[in-house]
Amino acid sequence: MVKAEAVHKSFGRLEVLRGIDLEVQPKEVMCVIGPSGSGKSTFLRCINHLEKIDAGRLSVDGELVGYRERADRLYELPDREVCRKRSEIGMVFQHFNLFPHMTALENLIEAPIHVKKSSRSTAVAYARALLDRVGLADKTDAYPKQLSGGQQQRVAIARALAMNPKLMLFDEPTSALDPELVGEVLDVMRRLAADGMTMIVVTHEMGFAREVGDTLVFMDGGVIVEAGKPRDVLANPQQERTRSFLSKVL
Amino acid sequence: MTDIASGPPAPGSQAGPRPEAIKAIPVRHPWRWVSGALVLAFAADVVYTFATAPDLRWDQVWKWLSGRLILEGIVITLELTVLAMVIGIVLGIVLAVMRLSPSPVMSWVSWIYIWFFRGTPVLVQIFFWFNLNTVLPHIGIGIPGTPLHWQESTNLLISAFTAATLGLGLNEAAYMAEIVRAGIISVEQGQTEAAQALGMNRLQVMRRIVLPQAMRVIVPPTGNETISMLKTTSLASIAAVPELFTRSEQIANFTFLVIELAIVASIWYLAMTTVLTIGQYYVERYFARGAQRELPPTPFQRFRRMLVTFHAAPPTVPAVGRR
Repeated sequence: MVKAEAVHKSFGRLEVLRGIDLEVQPKEVMCVIGPSGSGKSTFLRCINHLEKIDAGRLSVDGELVGYRERADRLYELPDREVCRKRSEIGMVFQHFNLFPHMTALENLIEAPIHVKKSSRSTAVAYARALLDRVGLADKTDAYPKQLSGGQQQRVAIARALAMNPKLMLFDEPTSALDPELVGEVLDVMRRLAADGMTMIVVTHEMGFAREVGDTLVFMDGGVIVEAGKPRDVLANPQQERTRSFLSKVL
Repeated sequence: MTDIASGPPAPGSQAGPRPEAIKAIPVRHPWRWVSGALVLAFAADVVYTFATAPDLRWDQVWKWLSGRLILEGIVITLELTVLAMVIGIVLGIVLAVMRLSPSPVMSWVSWIYIWFFRGTPVLVQIFFWFNLNTVLPHIGIGIPGTPLHWQESTNLLISAFTAATLGLGLNEAAYMAEIVRAGIISVEQGQTEAAQALGMNRLQVMRRIVLPQAMRVIVPPTGNETISMLKTTSLASIAAVPELFTRSEQIANFTFLVIELAIVASIWYLAMTTVLTIGQYYVERYFARGAQRELPPTPFQRFRRMLVTFHAAPPTVPAVGRR
């Protein structure tokens, strides 16, 4: 589903990604852990072209991200194509980024109506079903400010799902939440994984990584230090850097 | 009140009976009364001087205040204000979006427009449009090398009223562009990213997500601009547009009641800006919804609170229309 080969990315003189190679299979849940500044969020943002990569190749579903290749030459994709590809990838942010001037329901139907050109009634019906699925059927008409952090994040997940994405990206979805609200968001993600969604999750929740993840990737300094089955990496890390990171967070 | 021997209340239990509300004598503010009296005395003196000035014909002021010529002038003043603000706001939004566009052509065109129209006096701009016919007797548009061509006499195309509307509106657009741009920048970057991640294009992100949120920042200064515009329309007198100030001057010219007619015009300007100021409060309250827990007070609430504060500490204000 996602394939990265030697992906590099710099911000000015700072090289944030220094050669990332990985592959995510359909229906796989990949958890990415690592200290802050290790490039894990940047890598996630490259996948839906919120950031442009400088070198290497990155493809989603067999198609390059942001470029088209013809006769060994790369052509930048026009905005319209970039938007179409983004619409197939859901993204959940650390700070929710719900649209504050819209109710929960309006947040969910915005993109289906204006991007996918669904009819309003179809979009509303699907949005209601999704809000029900994340346990917020009674909050349809609430504005984000009236919801708790955990509820906002569940609406944000539903908003991403409303576009029927083939891949979901989670950028530290529980890092901005009060500890007692983390569980409700992880529950929603756990069920999503059980339903067969392909997910890449940048997280600090080791319990979730161990229990739900198919693969665990440890990043540091813009490279992948270690990857494998979550149980193996967490219980028996092979690299010194992994060991020292885990000893601090576990 | 508390029984020390019993220690802190057990968890979950009530913390004992609620003590009586504090009744203290408020701090006295004698200087407020003294300074208030001084201000009143000064104001009374000014009013008295003008009211009893032997050469000031107050009867004429009241007579002209509702004169037909003046009322017609007010209609034109209001028309100019509305048209110039509509041009200013619409063009201002376009210019602000262009200014923030990744296309260098767009952002430079916008920059140069703002530089030019903000950098020359609006009076000169009205004057320019009004006198354009002296250098360009005809204005036309067409595609070279094709029969598609249209032209018209400048005099017909740009009347005095059009010249004033163009001058005021195009100048306002430059100022509105900066106000709108400030509003757009004030919206958090995460909003744009979330919208982009859903596949929305630049125009959709701007129109559906960013601009509605920018309104909260854009509306208050726009109200200011509208109030300012209402008075700036008096500059249209350079093009002899028969708006309020032109009319009062014309009347003064044949009645020799110069100050009287200036007072008439001022009373009307003041009345209209007062109405706009009240309207501004309500528009601001509307756009503050969802963003603030407590809505800003209405002018009436402010006035009432001001009266109360005059003698005592400000009371706690009950939350208005909490959502």
